[in-house]
Amino acid sequence: MRSRFLTPILAMLALCASAIGMSASASPADEAFAKLASDQFPQIEQGIVDLSAIGTPEAAGVLEALSETKLFYAPDKSLVIKKSEGQLTSPSGAALTEAPAGLKQVRINNRVRRALESALGSLTLISPDPAKRKAAAEAVFKARDPLALPLITQALARESDAGVKDTMLRARAAIVLASSTAPDLERINAVDVLAEKGDQDVLALFSTVKAMAPASVKQAIDTAINAIERRLALLSSVQNALYGLSLGSVLLLAAIGLAITFGVMGIINMAHGEMVMIGAYTTFMVQEVIRARYPALFDWSLLIALPLAFVTAGAVGLVLERSIIRFLYGRPLETLLATWGVSLMLQQAVRSLFGPTNREVGAPAFMSGSVDLFGLTITSGRLWIIVFSLVVFVVLSLVLRATSFGLKMRAVTQNRRMAAAMGIRTPWIDSLTFALGSGIAGIAGVALSQIDNVSPNLGQGYIIDSFMVVVFGGVGNLWGTLVAALTLGVANKFLEPLAGAVLGKIVVLVFIILFIQKRPRGLFALKGRAVEA
Amino acid sequence: MKPMKTLFAAALAGGLAFSSFAAQAQNTIKVGVLHSLSGTMAISETTLKDVMLMLIEEQNKKGGVLGKKLEAVVVDPASNWPLFAEKARELLTKDKVAATFGCWTSVSRKSVLPVFEELNGVLFYPVQYEGEESSKNIFYTGAAPNQQAIPAVDYLMENEKVQRWVLAGTDYVYPRTTNKILEAYLKAKGVKSEDIMINYTPFGHSDWQTIVSDVKKFGSTGKKTAVVSTINGDANVPFYKELGNQGIKATDIPVVAFSVGEEELAGIDTKPLVGHLAAWNYFQSVENADNKAFIEKWKTYTKNPKRVTNDPMEAHVIGFNMWVKAVEKAGTTDPTAVIDALIGVSVPNLTGGYSTMMPNHHITKPVLIGEIKADGQFSIVSQTAGLVVGDEWSDFLEGSRDLISDWRAPMSCGNFNVKTGKCGGAGK
Repeated sequence: MRSRFLTPILAMLALCASAIGMSASASPADEAFAKLASDQFPQIEQGIVDLSAIGTPEAAGVLEALSETKLFYAPDKSLVIKKSEGQLTSPSGAALTEAPAGLKQVRINNRVRRALESALGSLTLISPDPAKRKAAAEAVFKARDPLALPLITQALARESDAGVKDTMLRARAAIVLASSTAPDLERINAVDVLAEKGDQDVLALFSTVKAMAPASVKQAIDTAINAIERRLALLSSVQNALYGLSLGSVLLLAAIGLAITFGVMGIINMAHGEMVMIGAYTTFMVQEVIRARYPALFDWSLLIALPLAFVTAGAVGLVLERSIIRFLYGRPLETLLATWGVSLMLQQAVRSLFGPTNREVGAPAFMSGSVDLFGLTITSGRLWIIVFSLVVFVVLSLVLRATSFGLKMRAVTQNRRMAAAMGIRTPWIDSLTFALGSGIAGIAGVALSQIDNVSPNLGQGYIIDSFMVVVFGGVGNLWGTLVAALTLGVANKFLEPLAGAVLGKIVVLVFIILFIQKRPRGLFALKGRAVEA
Repeated sequence: MKPMKTLFAAALAGGLAFSSFAAQAQNTIKVGVLHSLSGTMAISETTLKDVMLMLIEEQNKKGGVLGKKLEAVVVDPASNWPLFAEKARELLTKDKVAATFGCWTSVSRKSVLPVFEELNGVLFYPVQYEGEESSKNIFYTGAAPNQQAIPAVDYLMENEKVQRWVLAGTDYVYPRTTNKILEAYLKAKGVKSEDIMINYTPFGHSDWQTIVSDVKKFGSTGKKTAVVSTINGDANVPFYKELGNQGIKATDIPVVAFSVGEEELAGIDTKPLVGHLAAWNYFQSVENADNKAFIEKWKTYTKNPKRVTNDPMEAHVIGFNMWVKAVEKAGTTDPTAVIDALIGVSVPNLTGGYSTMMPNHHITKPVLIGEIKADGQFSIVSQTAGLVVGDEWSDFLEGSRDLISDWRAPMSCGNFNVKTGKCGGAGK
């Protein structure tokens, strides 16, 4: 009897107590913070969602710290933010004098990261930094959280930067389109906004929304999808051509040094790839020094590495020519074997000096990321390599055509005895020519260090391709090398989507074999010592 | 000058070692180390050689095995597959090693397998592989597909709700078999053929533009997409660079890799890769005392505070400790006795549990899924509740489904067909 009476009262008391407790200590923000202080991902995710709903600067600060992996928690579940200067603060910004014992990092996984990106997206929409605003708008676009709609509308009203505004408009359209409560007309308008710059992301959004949209919206989406797909199909061939150009420029870079040593001089230099590797390792060394001593110069590291790589690889080439190759002129088979041996020795030497593992060569700021051209993504590093390879080509052509060294070189190649009779020191020219070819390979190494592994095996990957390019282009002709490299690059990239990377390569190889049967001297045949021999 | 000096010292030391060893040949037990120290595979295998030397040195400090010191016999098969077989024969006939630790690629293992079977040697193979093999003389301490690939796919299905799959690999036996198993597994789970894209690339592929943009296209149908990568070795770096450059983030299309560990990540800027995944049985970031001690020892041994540890290294640690224990149990280094004694041997692994050698010559391991962190280490986001037994004959492949391996007497068979009840019933 008594207990029946008591229970409701007790329950009431308990309720009061918890209400008082809540108002006294645990604000919603504190509760959300407590959720973050956990090693359970679902709980952390919930904490983020709560914090983004709260939306105070304090909450934003905590979320930002979490996204930069600077958020820690103590055993008593209090959060600690580690500032970049190593200083510790509480979420409210108060500095902590000493680190609490047993600090643990709040860990994130992809799900948490997604929640975080979308939460930060809505919170940083009004950040003063336009780049941050743009990133925020992109995050909102991806998350399509209906709660962010008022925020983005607000942000849109005060946005002044045209590029950011564009992204925000798209983000807003994405939310409207995805929400099932918005009026159909507005959703159709949203489709139009999105279709304007339709890319893969928009396509993905359209196909997701389509399934649950009413008929009128569905129709608008279908028309938009068709238009985008037509445009993308058109773009894809342009993209293939650009990718081909990029591959071609890499081939050109790798082969252009060989076009001198093999093409002009007729030396089968199997150690050519190792010259490229030496160039890449020179870049690595330069960057190491810059990182340690002059970090401010990092963006210039490649430019600084260029002459050094040229000199280093050229010097190795010079030694190689003076000590081995000059004794083997006119004996191509022996040259092949000897230089192959040298290539193995160089590889192993680098392996002993630098270790067998890959070395990290960083990309300067202007070479990382990608450029968006009418919906095509081109990696900026590769864009620079296209430019660079053409510059190398032009400079080398000028050296051959317009300098006295080039003149002597051509004279020696075309008619050695006559050149000698005219007073040209032919052995000396041979050495310098070989050093020039090797030096160019070293320069190529600087560029290739940006897209490939810097490891002792770097050169091996390019040696076959380089010979292929030079033989296909016609021995002894720089133009032939240029045309051959670009042709092979583009052909490869158009074949790759059709036949796959493996088969594509085989097809190209078979084509070259057949081509050489028909025209043994390649695309552009030239008279020279290589022909006479 | 310095390299010359060390070279000279090494030669001198080598000479000394040779002369001293003639005198005390009877008093040491020789252990073969068969890893490429030059050529393409040196990048991965040199580390394993160093681990073996460290383990042997440490065991000798503890007094060796059966009262005898261990002596490492290091040979260099130079990433040349036929040379692996030659060097294996040399180890077994000339040096008469008691056990060999070695190989990385499947093709090198296939090349030495007949040699070890013919000469009755013992080989510990430390790398994850495609399964579909069980030899009396080989002990597989790396992961079989069910200890790596399948749990990884399960993780993505459950936690990332992935519905569309790109299976990208280098064109050789491990990726091809693994992808065949995965394809069958995914289809059994109800994934349609049009939601699976399979792509192979040549070794050392460096121009990933087309493939990455294809992946992007494949992933833009609105269904969550993931890439399962069996891309080998060096080709990974340009692949990840291209992913980063084309702006594919792990939150959009996660990539789970089976051949990318701490060592591979040491050569690249990992910031754009944060969140991409790898599945292994060990990560350096595993937190426990054994692992911490091991990392410390490794850094001291290599005199490099930046050196990282990885999964195949742990496999060698487990394999080596198992071998020591089995030799002590058998009281001899005689291969036949050791092979029998090895089954059932249980040693601590570095993830805080015990690994046991099963009758199929595979071991039990936990499966960990890690996400790449900005510092090139992994944050462990999932771990199997218990240990997983390596399954050499996949349950998802026609023909291999009916086979089991059990090297205990009286069955003593690597491919027993449970349907026909006969040994050697290669199911095809």
